[in-house]
Amino acid sequence: MKRKDTLWRLLRYVVGNYRFSFLAVALCIMVTAGTTLVSNLFIRTLIDDYITPLTQVTYPEYKSLAQTLFVLGLVLTFGAACSYAYNRIMINVSQGTMLRLRKDMFSHMQTLPIRYFDSHSHGDIMSAYTNDIDTLRQMISQSLPQALNSIITIVATLCSMVVMSIPLTIVSILLAVVMAIATTKLSKRSRTHFVKQQKDLAALNGYIEEMVSGQRVVKVFCHEDEAIEQFERLNETLRSSAFNANRIANIVMPVNGNLGNLGYVLLAVVGASIALSGEYGLTLGTLVAFLTLNKSFTQPISHVSQQINSIITASAGAERLFAILDEPSETDNGNVTLVNAETDSDGNIVETDHRTEMWAWKQAAEDGRSRYTKVEGGVSFNMVDFSYDDSRLVLEDIVLNAMPDQKIAFVGGTGAGKTTITNLINRFYDIQDGKVLYDGISINDISKPHLRRSLGMVLQETHLFTGTVLDNIRYGRLDATDEECRAAARLVNADDFIRRLSDGYNTMLSGDGGNLSQGERQLLAIARAAVANPPVLILDEATSSIDTRTELLVQRGMDSLMKGRTTFVIAHRLSTVRNADCIIVLEKGHIIEQGTHDELIALGGKYHQLYTGGL
Amino acid sequence: MIKTLTKQIKQYGKASLLTPIVTSLEVVMEVLIPYVTALLIDRGITAGDMPAVYRYGLIMLGMALLSLTFGIAAGQLASYASSGFAANLRNAMYRNIQRFSFGDIDKFSTSGLVTRMTTDVTNLQNAYQQILRITVRAPFRMVFSVIMCFVIDARLSVIFLVALVVLSAVIFTIIRKVSAVFTQVFKQYDALNSSVRENVVGIRVVKAFVREDFEKEKFGRAAYGLYRLYVKAEGMMALNHPVMNLVTYACIIALSWWGAHYVVDGSLTTGELTSLFTYVMSILMSLMMLSMIFVMLTMSAASGKRVAEVINEVPDIENPQNPITDLTDGSIDFDNVSFAYNEGSGDYALSDVTLHIRSGESIGLIGGTGSGKSSVVSLVSRLYDTSEGTVTVGGHDVREYDLTVLRDNVAVVLQKNTLFSGTILDNLRWGNPDATPEECRQACQLACADEFISQMPDGYNSVIEQGGSNVSGGQKQRLCIARALLKKPKILILDDSTSACDTATDARIRRAFREQIPGTTKLIIAQRISSVKDCDRIVVMDSGKVSGFDTHENLLKTNDIYKEINAIQTDEGGDFDFSHRKEVAQ
Repeated sequence: MKRKDTLWRLLRYVVGNYRFSFLAVALCIMVTAGTTLVSNLFIRTLIDDYITPLTQVTYPEYKSLAQTLFVLGLVLTFGAACSYAYNRIMINVSQGTMLRLRKDMFSHMQTLPIRYFDSHSHGDIMSAYTNDIDTLRQMISQSLPQALNSIITIVATLCSMVVMSIPLTIVSILLAVVMAIATTKLSKRSRTHFVKQQKDLAALNGYIEEMVSGQRVVKVFCHEDEAIEQFERLNETLRSSAFNANRIANIVMPVNGNLGNLGYVLLAVVGASIALSGEYGLTLGTLVAFLTLNKSFTQPISHVSQQINSIITASAGAERLFAILDEPSETDNGNVTLVNAETDSDGNIVETDHRTEMWAWKQAAEDGRSRYTKVEGGVSFNMVDFSYDDSRLVLEDIVLNAMPDQKIAFVGGTGAGKTTITNLINRFYDIQDGKVLYDGISINDISKPHLRRSLGMVLQETHLFTGTVLDNIRYGRLDATDEECRAAARLVNADDFIRRLSDGYNTMLSGDGGNLSQGERQLLAIARAAVANPPVLILDEATSSIDTRTELLVQRGMDSLMKGRTTFVIAHRLSTVRNADCIIVLEKGHIIEQGTHDELIALGGKYHQLYTGGL
Repeated sequence: MIKTLTKQIKQYGKASLLTPIVTSLEVVMEVLIPYVTALLIDRGITAGDMPAVYRYGLIMLGMALLSLTFGIAAGQLASYASSGFAANLRNAMYRNIQRFSFGDIDKFSTSGLVTRMTTDVTNLQNAYQQILRITVRAPFRMVFSVIMCFVIDARLSVIFLVALVVLSAVIFTIIRKVSAVFTQVFKQYDALNSSVRENVVGIRVVKAFVREDFEKEKFGRAAYGLYRLYVKAEGMMALNHPVMNLVTYACIIALSWWGAHYVVDGSLTTGELTSLFTYVMSILMSLMMLSMIFVMLTMSAASGKRVAEVINEVPDIENPQNPITDLTDGSIDFDNVSFAYNEGSGDYALSDVTLHIRSGESIGLIGGTGSGKSSVVSLVSRLYDTSEGTVTVGGHDVREYDLTVLRDNVAVVLQKNTLFSGTILDNLRWGNPDATPEECRQACQLACADEFISQMPDGYNSVIEQGGSNVSGGQKQRLCIARALLKKPKILILDDSTSACDTATDARIRRAFREQIPGTTKLIIAQRISSVKDCDRIVVMDSGKVSGFDTHENLLKTNDIYKEINAIQTDEGGDFDFSHRKEVAQ
């Protein structure tokens, strides 16, 4: 049943957006079918109406034949034009649908929670945009018009058949039913294999993507043979599912074609005995005509079955596409928004439409007016619990209070939960229990895009995008001018190395900035956050791979960046941690110590231990 | 290209040959059945002869059965041959990719390789299947029909010849124009793929900066580019249809006109004219099929070229003729080495580097971002070849070694490291596939990874997600170190491999190295002086040159850069624990 659902949904998706195109295509197909019929029948007209009379006169006059041929030529040309028209329209329809589907899928994918990306391989997701969508091309551009054409022919033929002989029509219809059942049965079996084929293809895609991205490691470990071995296993699985899928689908055409032949014989025998017995008023002449008609009745059915491969593949591909489209989006019930603000002459906060470097949270108050709260950057955690998989708590009973403009440093062993805390502030993940307040507002009430816009993030893993250095910095704020981007780069001391690149700020970065060193990439990520100029900053290990000399420069830039902002920073470096307003020591998901550097040293606990390097 | 591809048919050659043969048998049945039908009608029904109806009916059933058998067999063989051919193509590509150097991979890009191995191969597979089944069918029918035409009336057959010439010219022109567009189509596929890939990989950045709309627009451009090119290519190919129709219709009209004349003057019978009409239709049908093949061929030619490129790519770095398979000791020598990532660009990452390192020494490498530290270690395991000068390991030029031997003995923990999806044990065994769980545990203890692994719910069988996204940065680094240790290498290279570990852990790892694997030459790249100061000697790199190479104490006296780094780290920067390290370190 599921196959029908997918197929119907796909058809609705395709036809729904191209109603008029389909109407035009249907008309054109009818005309084309009509002209094909005319050309098929013309030989009879030619012989009966022209040649036979002409042979009976002494001086044949060809003028009327010429006229008829001229008219025929016009009709056929019109038919050819219609055939071109519907083929051309279907190209727009099929490619247009694929474009829409790709865009719809991508748009939807942008709304999916981080969890989705954690749990699906990159290559698998990529496969949907190419391999799965490609399955639709042939189905839409060829199988659909073919099916339409067949339906028109079948209906037309059926009408004439009913007129000729009802009992024989019943036999024909019964045969058609048998063909339909055989087709359904076979395609159902082949479909499970096609679904598997698309899945195996995605798995292989995922494997290739992962291994090629990690090729450096494969090389230094001489792991080539093992990589090949595993690849060949996956490849063999794909081969066998592709073989099985096509094997069964390839049976459909010969089965249907020969069921047609069988039907022909059956009709001839039944018809001949009826005609010879003289019942039902069936003459031999009608029987011959009927048999010819029966051919045009079964032929379109086998034509459709030629397309069965592409139809089943498409429905298998569509199933994976719809799975992505049906994936639930990130929930966002927040209605508090971030706006530019300024204070008016009475000292009230009012909204403005230009950038003022002052922000306010806009909340709907009960009287229908908007209430504005100045964005200060105070963040507090109140008894927060969090788990990635709903079973093991990664963070437990977290209580912390960051006052506006404070610098909060997280310290602790690897895996203590430092990164996780920052991922909760920007709601990459939602907490299980407790409350996180931002300027006194629960972050669940703040609209996610607005929440994230107020936070500048420099993530543990740096990701850059294909484009120029300038493009990558501008990613932080799309309307930043070139000069503002340069200023941001200067602020974090990235300007120096950028100007030494071959094209300076216009140097193209490709493959996640592969042509830059790790430290240079991090500098760009920091510049990107700097140009965003947000009220709150989150820096996760942001300077771990920058050499000390550079880091010193960065540090000075960062200090000026951090001025007047609440900053959460995860780092191992003394300089970063020591002058924090509050240092939070985490261990196994718990806060074990909290205070200033001097307080914690005086405490002589874990921080003191970490600080002095002993254990 | 065709030769490269056909070479991959291999064990599916038999099926590939049988398919057309069996298909032609099926076609013979298909052609004969209408002939029997005519007999059934003429001698049976029209004559009112019931036994004749049964007789011809039975013959027809028998032929239908044969046709069914051949048809099914052809279908099976075709799918067997084409899916096998596709699998062979993928294997051949992947095998060659494993020989690629980094430069080669950059040339094709990850997304490009993925497209080539999936989308392009799928195109070839479909084309191959169609070709095997239709190539015989269509020409077979067409040739048969044309011959019949000549037998009936040679004068009128000239019409077909003219038509065929016109058609071939048109199809040829279309294909030439279209193949150029298809080459672009697949390039655009790469662009689309890389657009999706970047988005998925960097989704955290996208979300953190609320750049969803920006990304949509960017993707929309790539998708639209593909749309435009495809519509262009297919639009041109759609011209095939009307041209073919028009030519056939012209044939019908010409046939009607001259046919009428010939019948009237008695040189042709009406029956013959009727047959000629039937053959026109049959030729049209075969031409339609042929044009479908042409479409497929044109499309798959572009794909085939891309696949062949990967299979034929000659890797930059290859094993030497008579490789040395024994690496005796861990000494390393750089003699006047210069190196540029882009040969000929003049952008030297290293220039004139000379270093002599004894076996078993521990060497620190320190220097600014982009000073060439990583380049130095990449040359030792021959991830790249030098532009000038030689790198010698164990007394022999690295280019003389068998690559596997060299890399097994030189373990590198890369700066940008990767774990793979699988369990922790799976990942560790990359270092040594035969390592026992006990050996794995020892290596992890040495790398200070055992402590967190044993706390995981499934211990060493815990599953690492793609890219190691479920372990923290420091945990990942320690796993990578353990993985390298399992190789029991003669030379161990750590490229900034403990940057995400806290200093206490970092110190413990280094202490373990010193005590447990003293015979191994260690190259340690680090940002912190604390990580390298107890090395035997330290290389200070600056702008691709060696600025100093000596012990910590001597460098403090002689090297300005080193002095400066040390000053920064001691006074105001440095590590979490730096200022108190002196008491703790020993």
